[in-house]
Amino acid sequence: MHILLKASAAAALLAATAACASRPPPVEEKPVTPPPVEETVTETETVVTEPVVESTITPGSLEDFRVNVGERVYFDLDQYRLDSDDQEILKRQAAWLNAYPNVRVLVAGNADERGTREYNLALGERRASAAKDYLVSLGVSASRIDTVSYGKERPIAAGSNEESWAMNRNSWTQIVSGATS
Amino acid sequence: MLKRLMPLLAVILMAFGLAGPASAQLQVRVDEGNFKPTPIAIPDFQVTGTNTQLARQIADVVRADLASTGLFDMQNPASFIQRDLSINAEPRFADWKIIRTDALVVGAFEELPDGKLAVSFRLWDVYGGELMRINGEPGRRLTTTPENWRRIAHKIADSIYTRLTGEDPYFDTRIVYIAETGPKTERVKRLAIMDSDGANQQYLTSGRSTVLTPRFSPSAQEITYMSFEGGRPRVYLFNIETGRQELLGNFPGMTFAPRFATDGQSVLLSQAQRGNTDIYIMNLRTRESRRLTDHPAIDTSPSMSPDGQSIVFNSDRGGTPQLYIMNTDGSPRACPSGGRDTACRITFGRGRYSTPVWSPRGDLIAFTKQEAGKFYIGVIGVDGKGERLLSESYLDEGPDWSPNGRVIVFFRENRPGAGPQLWSVDLSGRNERRVMTQTDASDPAWSPVLQ
Repeated sequence: MHILLKASAAAALLAATAACASRPPPVEEKPVTPPPVEETVTETETVVTEPVVESTITPGSLEDFRVNVGERVYFDLDQYRLDSDDQEILKRQAAWLNAYPNVRVLVAGNADERGTREYNLALGERRASAAKDYLVSLGVSASRIDTVSYGKERPIAAGSNEESWAMNRNSWTQIVSGATS
Repeated sequence: MLKRLMPLLAVILMAFGLAGPASAQLQVRVDEGNFKPTPIAIPDFQVTGTNTQLARQIADVVRADLASTGLFDMQNPASFIQRDLSINAEPRFADWKIIRTDALVVGAFEELPDGKLAVSFRLWDVYGGELMRINGEPGRRLTTTPENWRRIAHKIADSIYTRLTGEDPYFDTRIVYIAETGPKTERVKRLAIMDSDGANQQYLTSGRSTVLTPRFSPSAQEITYMSFEGGRPRVYLFNIETGRQELLGNFPGMTFAPRFATDGQSVLLSQAQRGNTDIYIMNLRTRESRRLTDHPAIDTSPSMSPDGQSIVFNSDRGGTPQLYIMNTDGSPRACPSGGRDTACRITFGRGRYSTPVWSPRGDLIAFTKQEAGKFYIGVIGVDGKGERLLSESYLDEGPDWSPNGRVIVFFRENRPGAGPQLWSVDLSGRNERRVMTQTDASDPAWSPVLQ
């Protein structure tokens, strides 16, 4: 992602140079926008010479699961019910897990910071179990799925606002082993 | 304890021909409506030896302990008239009446030939013009090694506090808590311990595993807590003397919310498995565990009554987290709201109630309440009556009682995004104050009085 951005910036730079070399530019042509200044290419980086390869995601890999399936489902305040969006993600997770039967996962339940510690540990466990139960109902063997709760101890969003709290109420399906490398 | 000693004390006082019945003496009232702190003067101690500095430090700790209660108005040494106090002589009461102090502490510090130190003190009732005996004795003399000097100071402060208020002592105690460092998304949490006044802070775990919710055993020698060691929440024991940590039990799923039973022989805890959290009690000697609740709702945060007969816990069986009381043996009990049930709900106010902790005196339960975007620390009667909120902020959580049931320690995040800090508040709701720690801190738990 990062490399691609830099490569495109470099391409823009080349295009700009080429445009300057040709004479005289048609008057109606808009000035070429300079490349963004933050895209500085340091001397040690070999952005241009390095072949720009569209990074292909290996099927069955961690990245495949993360990018093409989705690791987290999000819950409403105090809830552990799975809505249709959650079910959609879990269906993709189940299909993927059924396609790669050697993969084992850990489903971790999380809660936002607006509850007390011990209750939130229990609530996170409920969320993880709800996600696991759904995966099992779609044919994934229960023995391949461990669950844990992190309560409010491992937020992914550091803010103290509704948006962050919504992010932190989730269950996170992490691949533990068996993925294609 | 003190109440039992009172008749004896009166007999002793009369036998020695000392003034009046004990009840006429100076008494600091802790629950009075229009409260006024009692003036007390604690001059620096007489010194035998060379270590004037240590003698002053001890007096400073005594003064700080008593001032921290909010019950005393510590008199400024600059105002003292009598400068020739002696532990063996009656003070000139007139000199102390002029500065309007009610109580006067006269102390003496000695360096002993064996390298130890001794501190003696007497407590005087200035307006009564008489000595206030402590446990029938005219004064106390405490001896220890120099490095242990703070404990002598705390014990002196405890004696004075107990004698003047009639409350049990609580200064010579420790607080265990979770020391927090690092950014919110990668928080490092370590078990930490300190004296009740924040001195002698020590870290007990490395921070490699996140640890939570430490609680003292009744002997103050062990701590039970939850750790993510090995990847999932499980309850452990920590021996303070040896530093040994031990996994408690072999439960499937996860265990958390531990708390010692009143007799110290068992630990109450929650076990969660397949989306359901229930409460268990585990005997530490036989390692046998017994299930106390069996309900599809979340049942957690158990805390036992001082008589061992009942357990208060947090459950969302009614739809939201509320407090319930059950008999330890699981038998049905008469509920304050009517009927008989194995678990009686005691909170019916608006909001969510959690983290119940039974008072060492047995009559009250402290809790965290969450309502309309705010968190509160409060107390409620065992019968569900007389709810009082003692503190309020963006996040106030996790109360625990001083061993005399007079003060509540808890943690607070003052505003969104602020790190947690330890605070204490008197049961009256007065005297809210910060308990200083070196790092952010949460989950405080108070030890019993040290032996």
